[in-house]
Amino acid sequence: MRSRLNSLFDALLPVIATLAALAVGAVMLLLLKVNPIEAYAALWDGAFGSSNALAETLVKATPLLLVALGICISFRGDVINIGGEGQMIIGAVLATWVGLTFVGLPGWLVITLALFSGFLGGAVWGGIPGILKAYFNVNEILSTVMMNAIAVQLMNFLLRGPMIDPSQAQLASKIPQTARLLDIFHLPRLAPTRLHLGALIAVMLAILVYILLWRTVLGYRIRAVGQNPNASRYAGIKVPRYVVLALLLSGAFAGLAGAVQVYGVNYRMITDGSASGFTGSAGFNGIVAALFGQLHPLWSIPASILFGALLVGANTMQRAVQVPSALITVLNGLVVVFVVSSEIWRRRRQHRRLASAKEEESSTKQDQPQAQTEEAKQ
Amino acid sequence: MITDLFSATVLIGILASGIRLATPYLYAAIGETFGQKSGVLNLGVEGQMLLGCFAAFYVALTTGNLWLGLLAAMVVGALMGLAMAYVTVNLQAQQGISGIGFYLFGLGMSELLFQRLMGTVETVKGFPKLSIPVLSGIPGVGEIFFNQNILVYGAYLLVPLAWFVLNKTTLGLKIRSVGENPDAADSLGVSVARVRYFTIILGGTLSGIAGASLSIALLNVFQQNMTSGLGFIAVALVYFGAWRPFGVLGGALLFSMVNSLQLWIQVLGIPVPSDIAVMMPYVLTILVLVATVSRVRAPSALTKPFEREN
Repeated sequence: MRSRLNSLFDALLPVIATLAALAVGAVMLLLLKVNPIEAYAALWDGAFGSSNALAETLVKATPLLLVALGICISFRGDVINIGGEGQMIIGAVLATWVGLTFVGLPGWLVITLALFSGFLGGAVWGGIPGILKAYFNVNEILSTVMMNAIAVQLMNFLLRGPMIDPSQAQLASKIPQTARLLDIFHLPRLAPTRLHLGALIAVMLAILVYILLWRTVLGYRIRAVGQNPNASRYAGIKVPRYVVLALLLSGAFAGLAGAVQVYGVNYRMITDGSASGFTGSAGFNGIVAALFGQLHPLWSIPASILFGALLVGANTMQRAVQVPSALITVLNGLVVVFVVSSEIWRRRRQHRRLASAKEEESSTKQDQPQAQTEEAKQ
Repeated sequence: MITDLFSATVLIGILASGIRLATPYLYAAIGETFGQKSGVLNLGVEGQMLLGCFAAFYVALTTGNLWLGLLAAMVVGALMGLAMAYVTVNLQAQQGISGIGFYLFGLGMSELLFQRLMGTVETVKGFPKLSIPVLSGIPGVGEIFFNQNILVYGAYLLVPLAWFVLNKTTLGLKIRSVGENPDAADSLGVSVARVRYFTIILGGTLSGIAGASLSIALLNVFQQNMTSGLGFIAVALVYFGAWRPFGVLGGALLFSMVNSLQLWIQVLGIPVPSDIAVMMPYVLTILVLVATVSRVRAPSALTKPFEREN
């Protein structure tokens, strides 16, 4: 019973953190001389007010969830991947290239190939920092940031040059965008809204990632390396290999998010010169969603919907009460800070629980590496 | 055309703008060095810079006083540092992630304030060039080093100052010991918390100045997200420079010189796609990180929160 209460409290922490962030947001709205209730009502209405609004929320949540799944894997392996933006871009570029090249093939085949190549592109873009970290000791936070910048420039170069829409290439304006994908290559819609198959794929993958992390040897080893690399090494796990795999898989899911964005929503790539112009900052917001979902693939589903709702609702709020939608970026930042700050209470209770458990059965479990005792607790 | 690159005027131009472009990196990366030396990774530099950028610009625009603008940026940066210190020292939050939170906060907040208070892109007259008497008259060298604005000089003076404080003072010894072995420092009576508060707030202040150097000394405008990753590069430069102020200087100069070179390549119309040219400094940074990082050791307690064993 007590453990039930404890896990309930753990699950509630992010909710409390979000409420705190919304409360700070309310104060900011008051300072901006806007009625917070009116603003939040507009936000809710924009996100859930109609079936169209709900569909938009889910469309926005889809890339967040895919990125978040990758983040669950990498952060569980104790590698911090902030290269989601770049990985999305490379995945999208590769997938778009597939769709524009194999125009003679049947739709289902091209879509499958495209999603797979998006996955692959992201895997490469995540795998490089993984190799740099595992074998050259380069901090992954830095290399993934650099890889983001490189990906953006690569996208700009390709969309202005080799991959530019042939009809734009002849115009003086030369809008940097690719040609539009054929209609048969679009991801099928799930309802008479913009909701597309990608949302369903993301949910199914969430289940798969859950199985991967907790029901396979691979997932167990990634988590073991994340919790205690030294113990894992003594237990015979090749630590560098799992560091690379964690980043590679993490990038792959972000790359898939990019591909799904092109095939489900935009049907082409277009650049305004920045990363967020294509990704909508999903590479960063996916981290927020994953953290909020406690780095659990299944909890990441509602978390992604929440942040999708905030993003969609922000636009309605901007129109209704003239508050710049940047407020949502501020709130996202606060949620992250509050969630990681609130972890201290969870850790403290865990410490106390561990201490009392140790007193009871210290004689039986002396020589086990920490990674394995942690595993036993799951 | 490619031969234009090697004419004296162009070379001097490349070097002079390289020296100038290193300014924001130096402020931010030296600030970050202090934080990391004491064991705290501040990934929120970019957010602190953006807010400093906006604060400096807005205050300078409305009051017409550049120094007040600079002060505003410092105060904003210090406040962000204070919040960061509370979260990392008292609440022991995971530093990499809370830093991303602070980044998003600064990104959103600077854009929100910009849209609410200004709405359109405006320009200010930034800090003017300050020619050093006599020295600025030296052919070539004078133009490169001694004909810059005051924030540029400040950045280069900061490097030896930071080296001196870190290596030759008691304060520096405390900072380093807290970053290497907080338990030992604590048992010798050094307050780990106080030292870390100091370095994080100092880092925030310097990040604020870094932002101000962009908006009221180098570019003299404010736009949304105008730092575009500069703060993250500054963090990278700390690793690059192996946690030494002069190493950071070397990294900042290398990065900004390559950047300056690619700008001039575009100005001269040399047929290299501009997107590829812009990519070069980042590729180079990764390559140099690969070549150097594996040989240096980070401060032992970096990213580890300190809690006294009872």
